[in-house]
Amino acid sequence: MSTKEEQTLFDASEITVSMGPQHPSTHGVLQVKLKLDGERVIDAECVIGYLHRGVEKLGEAQTYGQFVPTLDRMDYIAAVSNCLGYCEAVEKLLSVTAPPRAQYIRVIMTELNRISSHLLWLGTHAIDLGAVTVFLYCFREREEILKIFENYCGARLTTHMFRIGGTQYEIYEGFQDQVRAFVKDFPKKADEYETLLTENRIWIGRTRGVGVISAKDAIDMGLSGPSLRGSGVEWDLRKAKPYAVYSDFQFDIPVGEHGDTYDRYMVRLEEMRQSARIVGQAVEKIPDGPLMAKMSKIIKPPIGDIYHSIEAPKGELGYYIVSDGSTQAYRTRVRPPSFVNLQSLKRMVAGHMVADVVAIIGTLDIVLGEIDR
Amino acid sequence: MDFAIDYILIPFIKIFIVFNVVAGVVALLTLAERKVAAWIQVRLGPMRVGPYGILQPLADGIKLMLKEDIVPAGADKWIFTLAPVISLVPAFIVFAVIPFGPADAFTIMGHKVGYVITDLNIGVLYVLSISSVSILGIILGGWASNSKYPLLGALRSAAQMVSYEVALGFSIIGVLILAGSLSLVKIVEAQKAAGYWYVFLQPLGFILFFACGIAETNRAPFDLPEAESELVAGFHTEYSGFRFSIYFIAEYASMIVVSCMAVTLFWGGWLRPFPNVHILDFLDAIPLAPLFWFAAKVVVFIYAYLWFRWTWPRYRYDQLMKVGWQWLLPLAMANVIVTAVLVLLLKG
Repeated sequence: MSTKEEQTLFDASEITVSMGPQHPSTHGVLQVKLKLDGERVIDAECVIGYLHRGVEKLGEAQTYGQFVPTLDRMDYIAAVSNCLGYCEAVEKLLSVTAPPRAQYIRVIMTELNRISSHLLWLGTHAIDLGAVTVFLYCFREREEILKIFENYCGARLTTHMFRIGGTQYEIYEGFQDQVRAFVKDFPKKADEYETLLTENRIWIGRTRGVGVISAKDAIDMGLSGPSLRGSGVEWDLRKAKPYAVYSDFQFDIPVGEHGDTYDRYMVRLEEMRQSARIVGQAVEKIPDGPLMAKMSKIIKPPIGDIYHSIEAPKGELGYYIVSDGSTQAYRTRVRPPSFVNLQSLKRMVAGHMVADVVAIIGTLDIVLGEIDR
Repeated sequence: MDFAIDYILIPFIKIFIVFNVVAGVVALLTLAERKVAAWIQVRLGPMRVGPYGILQPLADGIKLMLKEDIVPAGADKWIFTLAPVISLVPAFIVFAVIPFGPADAFTIMGHKVGYVITDLNIGVLYVLSISSVSILGIILGGWASNSKYPLLGALRSAAQMVSYEVALGFSIIGVLILAGSLSLVKIVEAQKAAGYWYVFLQPLGFILFFACGIAETNRAPFDLPEAESELVAGFHTEYSGFRFSIYFIAEYASMIVVSCMAVTLFWGGWLRPFPNVHILDFLDAIPLAPLFWFAAKVVVFIYAYLWFRWTWPRYRYDQLMKVGWQWLLPLAMANVIVTAVLVLLLKG
């Protein structure tokens, strides 16, 4: 790529730095071509596609049931959410509903996954800004969540947690105690992260006023999830278009004011606490009953199409499925939150310093597996 | 003959000892860094090499020695090779004037031997000037790598040096006014005569000195020249193997220098706590008491260095400049003026 030589201060021409795809802070194989005037960013261009595996196309070549594990590899940090969104979309297409017991297990697992996803975000975001210790504190709690996952289904990361029509596994013995213990401890642990960051002058200096995006711009760009709520828009699909059994639970939607990196940090921290609150309510009233809805073993949805979206940890995760009446989808399209959120990077970094670029990539909470699919 | 013993034999023995001790401490420091980091981060740190991982520095050293030595194709080969050495040498030769104990501690066969290699009458100036050469190595290394991230690291380093060197110099002047000498030995002796450590008279001066010292040694939260999350590894991105470890050793040696200077200028050097309370004289009876007190104080500052690094985020480039020019420098200047006026009024 050749850039036009532009004269800048001191008659020095700008330099182009290729940040990534091998770079410690691009959170995967993202390449950002930065045009710099000294340390100031003039322009940034994202190059994606290094992790493209054709997930959507695979959805046309595999049966509905076979495709579910593949989805865990999109946003591998929040595999449970990916699974939930797709299972619900196909269930909608089939006009079946998962039984309440399965729904409750789904909510518990998805919310635990949201906490673990946000913990990973917080840890890596803090490392990007030079605070290394927070990362290990976050992983300490994340480990507890992954242990619950492991006990439940045998896998920690790519879990394949649910099935179309319900869940496959019964909760294990001691599940409720383990979850209760986690939910009880978690708010204290979240306070611990805050002692390291929230009132730290350097942290505030690095995040306040960095990567500001107004509510209007955020909506125009299609941002969703904490990146949108940081700008003060109270939009959460769990409340706006309740799916699963979220309408059964009490929880708040935290929103920011200024739409900067600090607000998004506060929003995500509060979201973790709210998720713990949801889990706490759900685990106390798991109903009895079957785990799978009554449906045929061979999944053959009627001809038609469906769009179903859920609130994944990173934003709105949508699935658009076109069925031609066979056992395989005619077309599967994923609306990944990271992909849409990433497009605001260019606007957010303009005029900032190099160090802010990593802060902004961090605050958008992107996962390249999901962007490239 | 006496001349040869006084000016060649004794200094050489001292240099040999100091050099090896410092090198050993640097090795231990790499382990300390990992252990302290681990304890802060609720984990164990190195545990495999030797009991509690104490042989880890050795394993690290061997590993780095055996690594392939890469010089990038477009690099300026001579400067690329020379730069780490330029960074390392000043960090070590500064120890020539650091007083680890009294300058005339004991007499062996009619020759006075002290705990300092040479008591230079302009010791403070010597330390300031030599240690600023160290940063030249970083700038040259970043420039010679012929790569963009190291270049940005080197530029940051140059800017950082200019901003913090000034405030560092000013923060010391308060002590110099009180002690009336540039000799590090005399400064400690003045503290002994006064009966208190200068940190109690110059608390602001000390805080400014240590803050600038951290910036001078490129340590967190001022570690911008090598900010790994932004500039990959900053100025030493292209360095590998033992060349990389030379930079590493230089950084740790500089940390020890700043800690030693902080102890000497502000915390009474080799003096025990409460040097004027005679009831505590028995504290001086422990063997090598001056060395013990000196080392103990230095360890505190080294620990502070590690503690800061593993708890605080990193400043941004422009914020670093702002802190340097808008806060540290004016405060340091104010400190000098207030000290001078008070000394004039009180001692008149």
